[in-house]
Amino acid sequence: MANNSSTPAIQFTKVSRHFGDIRAVDNVDVEIKDGEFFSMLGPSGSGKTTCLRMVAGFDTPTSGNIFLYGQDVSQLPPYDRDVNTVFQDYALFPHMTVGENVAYGLMVKKVAKAERVKRVDEMLELVQLTGFASRKPSQLSGGQRQRVALARALINHPKVLLLDEPLGALDLKLRQQMQVELKNIQREVGITFIFVTHDQEEALTMSDRIAVFNQGKIEQIGSPTEIYEHPQTAFVAGFVGVSNIIEGEVGKRITNSTNKFSIRPEKIHFVKPDQNLDSDSYAVNGNIRDVVYLGLYTRYLVEIDGGGDLVVVEQNLKSTSQEVMRARGQAARLMWKKEHISKLGD
Amino acid sequence: MLSRISTYLYKTPKLVLALLLVPPMLYMGVVYLGSLFALLINSFYSIDDFSGIIVREFTLKTYAQIFYPANLEIFMRTAGMAAAVTVVDALFAFPLAYYIAKFAAPRLKTWLIIAVTIPLWSSYLVRVYAWKLILAKEGILSWFINLFGLGGVLDWLLSIPEIGGSSLSLSPIGMFIAFSYIWLPYMIIPIQTALERVPASLIEASGDLGAKPFQTFRSVILPLAFPGVVAGSIFTFSLTLGDFIVPLSLGNSKYFIGQAVYSYQGTAGNVPLAAAMTMGPVVIMIVYLLIARKLGAFDAL
Amino acid sequence: MRSNSTDSTRPKATLGLKLAAFGTILFLYGPMLVIFLYTFTPEEATYTFPLPGFTTKWYGVALFERPDLWRALILSVQVAGISTLVALILGTLAAAAVYRSNFFGRESISFLLILPIALPGIVTGIALRTAIGGLDIPFSFWTIVIGHATFCVVVVYNNVLARFRRMSGSVIEASMDLGANSFQTFRYVVLPNIATALLAGGMLAFALSFDEVIVTTFTAGQQTTLPIWIFSQLVRPRDRPVTNVVATIVILITLLPIFFAQKLSADSSDTEGGSK
Repeated sequence: MANNSSTPAIQFTKVSRHFGDIRAVDNVDVEIKDGEFFSMLGPSGSGKTTCLRMVAGFDTPTSGNIFLYGQDVSQLPPYDRDVNTVFQDYALFPHMTVGENVAYGLMVKKVAKAERVKRVDEMLELVQLTGFASRKPSQLSGGQRQRVALARALINHPKVLLLDEPLGALDLKLRQQMQVELKNIQREVGITFIFVTHDQEEALTMSDRIAVFNQGKIEQIGSPTEIYEHPQTAFVAGFVGVSNIIEGEVGKRITNSTNKFSIRPEKIHFVKPDQNLDSDSYAVNGNIRDVVYLGLYTRYLVEIDGGGDLVVVEQNLKSTSQEVMRARGQAARLMWKKEHISKLGD
Repeated sequence: MLSRISTYLYKTPKLVLALLLVPPMLYMGVVYLGSLFALLINSFYSIDDFSGIIVREFTLKTYAQIFYPANLEIFMRTAGMAAAVTVVDALFAFPLAYYIAKFAAPRLKTWLIIAVTIPLWSSYLVRVYAWKLILAKEGILSWFINLFGLGGVLDWLLSIPEIGGSSLSLSPIGMFIAFSYIWLPYMIIPIQTALERVPASLIEASGDLGAKPFQTFRSVILPLAFPGVVAGSIFTFSLTLGDFIVPLSLGNSKYFIGQAVYSYQGTAGNVPLAAAMTMGPVVIMIVYLLIARKLGAFDAL
Repeated sequence: MRSNSTDSTRPKATLGLKLAAFGTILFLYGPMLVIFLYTFTPEEATYTFPLPGFTTKWYGVALFERPDLWRALILSVQVAGISTLVALILGTLAAAAVYRSNFFGRESISFLLILPIALPGIVTGIALRTAIGGLDIPFSFWTIVIGHATFCVVVVYNNVLARFRRMSGSVIEASMDLGANSFQTFRYVVLPNIATALLAGGMLAFALSFDEVIVTTFTAGQQTTLPIWIFSQLVRPRDRPVTNVVATIVILITLLPIFFAQKLSADSSDTEGGSK
């Protein structure tokens, strides 16, 4: 019955976790599908890690229930749940070798020695650490420890693998490499991954779906493109990428609406001062107040006539840094397509 | 079965906490604190002057006895000794502590810390005994003093009434040397710990701003090491106050607090007075600890 | 930890500071060497220096002709052994309790455990004597153990708690996450990680108990531990050369465990720091 694909891998129903007066997780409902790479994204203290810990069993909901393939696991201790975790600091056992670390889950389940050795070898091969079995964790690099932690968690064939900011301690290059590798491993083993991170780029590259957390609640759940292109709240618009918020008097003049909208800086373009407004676009006039040259692209801060600022980025396809810097203080006309704005809720 | 117990324990962390806490708290709370409380109670009893039997009635009479001139003198003498030992230990501890904290290479540093810590924990009694040998009239120190022709100086020192005696091993000077010796490690370690926390960048900054090494030492290192000195002095002061081994082994007929308590309790059978007198060091230590905490010395412990 | 940059920025000590530093180390150990030297003196009545001759006979006398010394030594070892055992159990329990929860009064527990070594030994001694005497319990081997355990608990507690705090908190969670129940987690993860701390704390406690004299004078009945025997010789020297031999043995018995305990702690913090 377990991997029936119509049953969600993980289901939260009205889950709350309060620490005294603090509502770390506040009435969360979410369904994570079988085989999905699901990310929980949010700033620190937003409740994403608490949700993960409740799935693992290190924490218990104050109210509500958590189901693992249809079974209510809310009250089970961690060792009775078919989920495994890759910890932020890896939590490798310092007194054991790499092989013993990876074999640990099998050892406590009293799996026969020969079987253990075989499966440890398979796992080490999967994470490309063949031949490292007899090393101690202290002799490994950060990236290698990360792989051991992954192998150790996967050897039990858990129904769901939890990853708690596992790439946070790695440097940028290694992190990008591991992102690709993690995604490949997930495809290979076909296990549901729940990935907690505060890094929006990481979430966007790896996930099938993302839940954006803020103050104990989920602000929005959706695919990376949905989250990025159609943020539903001001928080999501600001946390995932950079957004301009159009609202108030100026907003009304531009959009003829009292609603709040967001527009990504790369969707706004400079046009000639006399360019006419198309029916499918919005346009404003303003003054370039600041220019920051960033190599691949340039960021402009434009003060709109009548108040308010817009951030605009433009790739430096042809322009040199001297050219773009000259734009400072000049008047500019900006235009963007209507379809690129997103209406924001509260 | 075990797994079921495990799950029950996992779900009742408060029970686990209680199971962990009850044995040590029963022991320390009931046996140890209970004894301290019994001591406190006894200090409010008195002894019948004729029969020598303890009268179990609340009285402040016994505390009043502490203020008899003879007993006050004991307190002053002991506190004076403790203060002198503390000052000398601070002075002697500093160079080694400074060297360990700021100059020694890592491997040497580990060894030096071990070398200082060993006598801190071990062989207290034997280390007192060593001074019995060294300070004896016919012993090694006198031999060296005479070798350098300083015998006259020693005789002059021993002839000073309050601190002298028939020989070094039977005089307050001898006690002072032994006390300073046995408590010295207790001063070195806290000073070293405090100095360890002075970031190298502060010392570099001071030099960068034009201070000569000695100026840096005086105006940066010394003030920052001060909490360590205070922390160390808690030990040297407290340990000296309560000790009766050194006075009994190396002293003369003049009593120190520990010695007085020992003999009131033992030969004189006056437990209430002994109890009241130990409250002296306890109160002094509590006041001292409070002041030390204000000065931030606890961080250096 | 041992990077070159810290090496190059470490200033050089002046000769005077070096001399003072190593002079202090010599000063700490010199007196113990003097005792060792005196074990070879043929002189029985005084502490004459230079030694009037050289003999090794006192080692033979102490070892073969003094059953009272052997009884004292065995008693001291028994007291220290049992006190250490009690301290290991109570200290570890207290450390685990303080480490795993943030309950009210946590600070007071540390304070309570430290009291027996923070207060002068005489206070602990006379307090226990008053309480034991007041309850009409006869002074015995066990009253000595009760006294020693009070100040041994804190050294085990400190060592184990420090180790717990250095241990990454998530290894316990990781163990349970991988399917180990509480007992398996204790057996396979917690115990191996605190083993050296237990060993170090136990050795310290043993050494502390083995040469304790102040509390013992108050809690012992007719029993003579080795330190009590030495103390009686300090006040009224009767067997000077034999005392020197005994003192040397005591130094060895207390110094070695403490050396190993310190080395153990230093090494384990080294590997943690140096693992980067």
